[in-house]
Amino acid sequence: MMRILWNSFKKGVLSRKIGKIPASLRYEKTGEELRSLIIKKFGRSLHIREVDTGSCGACESEIISATNPIYDIQRFGVDFVASPRHADALLVTGPVSRNMALALKRTYEAMPEPKFVITCGDCALNGGAFKDSYYSIGEISKIVPVAAHIPGCPPHPLAILDSLLRLMGNPVT
Amino acid sequence: MKIEDILKELSTREGITPVSMDWNAPEEVHLEVRPEDFKKTCLFAHQKTGAPVSALFAEDAVAAQNRFFIRCVFASRLESKWLIVSAGLPCDAPEFDSLANDIFSAALFEREIGEMFGIKRREAFDSRRLRLHPEVWPEGFYPLRKDFKPPEKYGDTGKNYAFRRVEGDGVFEVPVGPVHAGIIAPGHFRFSAAGEPVVNLEIQLGFTHKGVEKLFEGKTAEAALAFSELVDGEAAFAHSLAFADAVEKIRGIKVPEAHQCARAILLEIERLYNHAADVGGMATDVGFSFPAACASVIKENLLALNEKLTGSRYLKNFNRIGGVLKFPPSVWETIDSGLEAAEKDFLALKEMLYGSVSFMDRVEETGILPHKTAVELGVSGPAARASGVAADLRADFSPLYKSAGFKPAKQEKGDVLARLNVRVSEFKESVRLIKKLTGMIKTGSDVKISAGEPRSGCALGYAEGWRGPVLYWVRIGQNALVERCKITDPSFNNWEGLAQAVPGNIIPDFPLCNKSFNLSYPGNDL
Repeated sequence: MMRILWNSFKKGVLSRKIGKIPASLRYEKTGEELRSLIIKKFGRSLHIREVDTGSCGACESEIISATNPIYDIQRFGVDFVASPRHADALLVTGPVSRNMALALKRTYEAMPEPKFVITCGDCALNGGAFKDSYYSIGEISKIVPVAAHIPGCPPHPLAILDSLLRLMGNPVT
Repeated sequence: MKIEDILKELSTREGITPVSMDWNAPEEVHLEVRPEDFKKTCLFAHQKTGAPVSALFAEDAVAAQNRFFIRCVFASRLESKWLIVSAGLPCDAPEFDSLANDIFSAALFEREIGEMFGIKRREAFDSRRLRLHPEVWPEGFYPLRKDFKPPEKYGDTGKNYAFRRVEGDGVFEVPVGPVHAGIIAPGHFRFSAAGEPVVNLEIQLGFTHKGVEKLFEGKTAEAALAFSELVDGEAAFAHSLAFADAVEKIRGIKVPEAHQCARAILLEIERLYNHAADVGGMATDVGFSFPAACASVIKENLLALNEKLTGSRYLKNFNRIGGVLKFPPSVWETIDSGLEAAEKDFLALKEMLYGSVSFMDRVEETGILPHKTAVELGVSGPAARASGVAADLRADFSPLYKSAGFKPAKQEKGDVLARLNVRVSEFKESVRLIKKLTGMIKTGSDVKISAGEPRSGCALGYAEGWRGPVLYWVRIGQNALVERCKITDPSFNNWEGLAQAVPGNIIPDFPLCNKSFNLSYPGNDL
């Protein structure tokens, strides 16, 4: 116990001040409508359920990185929840394998209204490098409506952070 | 037993005359036998090398030779060589005698061959599909055949995957997944429990299947190299290294020593950040959050180091056929300071965990994978080394690692603690190796690399990634495009190891057991 306290004291606060995010990491524009929905309905806080539909694991790794003490996305009101019942938004990665199509649909249906879907990473939007595969659905919009997209392969934690904060009408810069 | 002797004894003792035998590469011997001799030959090779099946796969050569080939790969650790046993099957109604009844490590590979090529196995004990789930994929479509045309309709087949059923008083089933509670890939776990302890665990995977092997086909070697980095995002470098190794063997390229060193350094850094994350994951799964947070900081710092070295946090787009890109000039200082910090933080993390009685109580004696089971299932990588199997491609096959004085980790007990210990000692050893290797490079990283001339042929490429041996068997056609690429990720057989380690433990200990293996879903599902 003493060791942990000492370690804690020695390390201090590790979270980085999120200053200017390089323009190359910025995400694509999202409709004003969605943004006002989030500000109005979700009170500037966002609970997200993540679903991997066949990603290579790099996107998951970066989403987890966004929650580490350095980026600490939770301090901005974003949290990842264990059940779709608790979620406002669905964060989808991967090129939607046929085996995951039903699971994705059911996860979306299990969420309470209002709700929306964000795709994360190049594969998630249209299959990316896997779009010609016999086992990839291709366009995710065939299964669930997509409101916003975070590009990258994988997107940097800062890009994920920036996108989500902008969606919440709360950009840091 | 040496491969030369095995080949001799095969004809003198077993009376099997090979159809052909040749050294495809200095360390890779191809032995083709008649289909009726295939099983006997594989059994003989398995006994004499003492090795599990490293890979078993099929190849469609119907257009050129009117046959399907099946190939079975064994590693001879004794002399650092690979033995590949092949047989040609007739293209109408191809079938062969199932090996799985005698060599269990072949079982999953056989199911894969069945669903991907429609090749039957006589007397197979398990004929279920592996990745093409019966719920969505109709019968009679074999994706890896060259004449494959996708079905017009998917889904609603009315069929279901048949799980093994455990029946009896008080036995109940707990289905978990495919969507899990954490930020993690999908898979379905079917626990049968009686009271608290798990009686049986069956794992259904394939949820991230996306036809990777088929997508490799028709790509140039360079495009395929970039694609190999997308197979498993957390082991991107190991995969690209194994693929490049295969192509370099086909083209007959000798990679300059400085570039071999640079590759080894990057492979070890990949191991570092993943092992740190795994140790943190084990802390998370017992609810010990402070060390878990410390581990995620170590990982983040190492990812930042990756970015400084290669421009990519996951070491992507840096490996080339023939070598690697040039390191930035300040590389040695960056590595030194980065490693020093990581080592210090990791030591503090280790002390926190090993000094906590309640943590040690959770990991000791939990999720034991016995040595015998590990050997029979063909488990590899850190999970095998924790159960007393000292196999490590770096020690067995790499002269570079040998000259750096590499010692593989080994534990005997096979519980969660043993797997934790293996990771801790591998972390330490990797730091030592990187320091040694940076000293060995000195000059020479400016040596120009040559990607050689495109050439047709086939070869086996390999690398010991952080999860274990990654194998790529690649065939390049006359048109210089990839014709077949068989990927074997260590997770493929290790998942069965997890399924065998869990029974007897209580369900709440499953996450901990799972994390101590930390297997890849995308690497398994392809």
